[in-house]
Amino acid sequence: MDRRQFIKTSAVGGLGIFGAFESTFAQSTGPIKIGLMAPLTGVLAAGGKEIVEGFNLFWELNGKKAGGREVQIFIEDDGSNPDIALQKARKLTEQTKVDFLVGNLLANTGLAVAEYAKTNGIPYFIPVIAADDLTQRARIPNVIRVAGYSASQTTHPLGDYAYKKLGFRKIVTISQDYTFGHEQCGGLCQVFTENGGTILSQLWNPLNTQDFSSYFAQIKSAKPDAVFCMQTGADANRFLQQWTSFGMKGKIPLIGAQNTTDQSVIRSLGDEPEGIISASFFAEGNPVPATQKFVGEYNIANKQLPSIYGFTHYTAAIWLVKAINKLNGNIENRPLFLDTIKKTVLEESPLGKPVRLDNYGNPIYDVFIRKVVKRPDGKYWNVPIDSYPNVSQFWTYKPEEYMKQPPYSRTFQGIKKS
Amino acid sequence: MINKKHLFKILVLLLLIGLVVPFFTESYVISLCSLGFIYAIFAMSIDVLAGYAGRTSLCHGAIFGSAAYMTIYHVTVSGGDPFVAAIYGIIMAMIISLIFAALAVRTTGVYFLLLTLALGMIVWGICQRWTSVTGGENGLRGNIRPEWLMSAEHFYYFVLALLVISGLMMWRFVNSPFGLGLKGIRESESRMRSLGYNTTLHLILGFVISGIGAGLAGVLYAFFNSFVSPSSVALTQSVKGLLMVLVGGVGTLFGSLVGAAVLISLENLVSSFTQRWPFVMGLTFVLTMIFLPSGIVGKLLTNKR
Repeated sequence: MDRRQFIKTSAVGGLGIFGAFESTFAQSTGPIKIGLMAPLTGVLAAGGKEIVEGFNLFWELNGKKAGGREVQIFIEDDGSNPDIALQKARKLTEQTKVDFLVGNLLANTGLAVAEYAKTNGIPYFIPVIAADDLTQRARIPNVIRVAGYSASQTTHPLGDYAYKKLGFRKIVTISQDYTFGHEQCGGLCQVFTENGGTILSQLWNPLNTQDFSSYFAQIKSAKPDAVFCMQTGADANRFLQQWTSFGMKGKIPLIGAQNTTDQSVIRSLGDEPEGIISASFFAEGNPVPATQKFVGEYNIANKQLPSIYGFTHYTAAIWLVKAINKLNGNIENRPLFLDTIKKTVLEESPLGKPVRLDNYGNPIYDVFIRKVVKRPDGKYWNVPIDSYPNVSQFWTYKPEEYMKQPPYSRTFQGIKKS
Repeated sequence: MINKKHLFKILVLLLLIGLVVPFFTESYVISLCSLGFIYAIFAMSIDVLAGYAGRTSLCHGAIFGSAAYMTIYHVTVSGGDPFVAAIYGIIMAMIISLIFAALAVRTTGVYFLLLTLALGMIVWGICQRWTSVTGGENGLRGNIRPEWLMSAEHFYYFVLALLVISGLMMWRFVNSPFGLGLKGIRESESRMRSLGYNTTLHLILGFVISGIGAGLAGVLYAFFNSFVSPSSVALTQSVKGLLMVLVGGVGTLFGSLVGAAVLISLENLVSSFTQRWPFVMGLTFVLTMIFLPSGIVGKLLTNKR
């Protein structure tokens, strides 16, 4: 059965009708098995832990049940390494026989697993993997960005805001030199320059840059109106600390991609990030009751404010359960399951507003322009100061036309020459 | 306990077990075994150089990875045939190992180690930075297995066959007069030179042949994973191969099989029980180094003598 199934799935999968025969054999009894992958060792172990905490928080609060069936969660460590991630995806799918996969953090781990999901046909949900092309030029029908976001989705509006509302005309960008950085930075550059702004220079720092001082010198000599900074994890910490200690803070305005001032970064800093403006669909300081309820619950369970990692996986769990409930737990028919997920509109999202997916499997959000503000208890968080309603991954472009341009890379940043 | 004749019997027994494994297990275990075989080829190729020529290399991961890159690139980007791609992959491995060999073989010991480390890092840097060709950090993706290799069992037998063939070839190689020449160089390069051997050329050829083994493993890895990223080229890959050799026993060739089996099982099975699996792995190495400095197979072989 197993072997035949595999041959059949791979042969049929090629034709794009994954698992069409599967439902004939499948029975919707027994527990629903979910495979959650996160980097629990390696460079991104801290983020991985928050993925697990966020995902588990939902089940702790609501019980491990969905669609009348018991839910079992199998957590595997992807080691922040695509080769290990692939092995674990194989194991969860072929040995543990999970019904679907969720998770991963680093883009390359997600892309590796997505390739496996493409051949195997197993549904794969990616709340943090932001590589643009996974829901654009190279989309895979069974890979859906449930409660996730694409890299340039939130920097498009930031480019608009920086030009129109903040009045910047000439900026310098400094981003991490890898795909996620190229894509986030490209989104901002394209919109900013199409509005009429100028990118004076683009700096790319390698991952794990210890010393930013040489970049600061270049920024100073360019005399920009503002600096756009895209950093994640420890790089973001170091950048913000050094920006302050080199006396740049307050002299040149700093705007950031969402990860630069994510809670996972600023909770370990002092007043360095205060006042930085960034754009994201999630702001832990949003006063709406739904968000504050989630932030409170997360804070009680994990003794810290939620980051984007915890939030997206918590929301993904709600989303999945809602779809499973709609099907009364009968998720063995994969095309139907995927379709239901795509059609599910999440009214009860912690964002306080309904969220739905576009035709390409990426959510449409209200994107907040956020500012880092001090809370009464001395901690810092991101508070929305403005918002762009219903932003899709294509910004205001037509999807077909947008996808004709190449994906953002170090060499293509969508910059319009004026 | 074990002499050469026994070793042969054991290998035949292992092969028979290998042939029937797919009938008793599920596809995950089969694919895990396939992965183990691929790494066994890789580790053997390192052992040819480390065990017989006395040159411990830290650049075989780079050779392995470049072959994998070449294979996937040829199929997904240039739209070529998978088998032509496999041949290109191996040629790629040959070229790279030829360049590395020309630069590195004059050195020995820790200098050889550091030089190969640096050469490997150059390849890693290129894969990381040359985004338009290698896809940068995200790597290259695409299912390149031909139709008849799609099923886990078919692929398993395919890899098993190549493991047997390449294993026999490497075994023949190290026991040939040429291989004995390498051993001579390991013991004393200057003496071999004064006997009239062109030791540099000898080592270069040995390096390239070892590189072909690593390239073959890389090609199979590309077929297996349909994916390659800088992590396949990185230093950790070379170190992983070297650790397999060390656990199995340096200079035993077939010890690499055992080493690969131990490492792959630790990495994939222990990690389901504990998040501290790297700790378990580290402890295993420390204990192996203390109690079995000549490796598992090495220990079994020396007991006899």
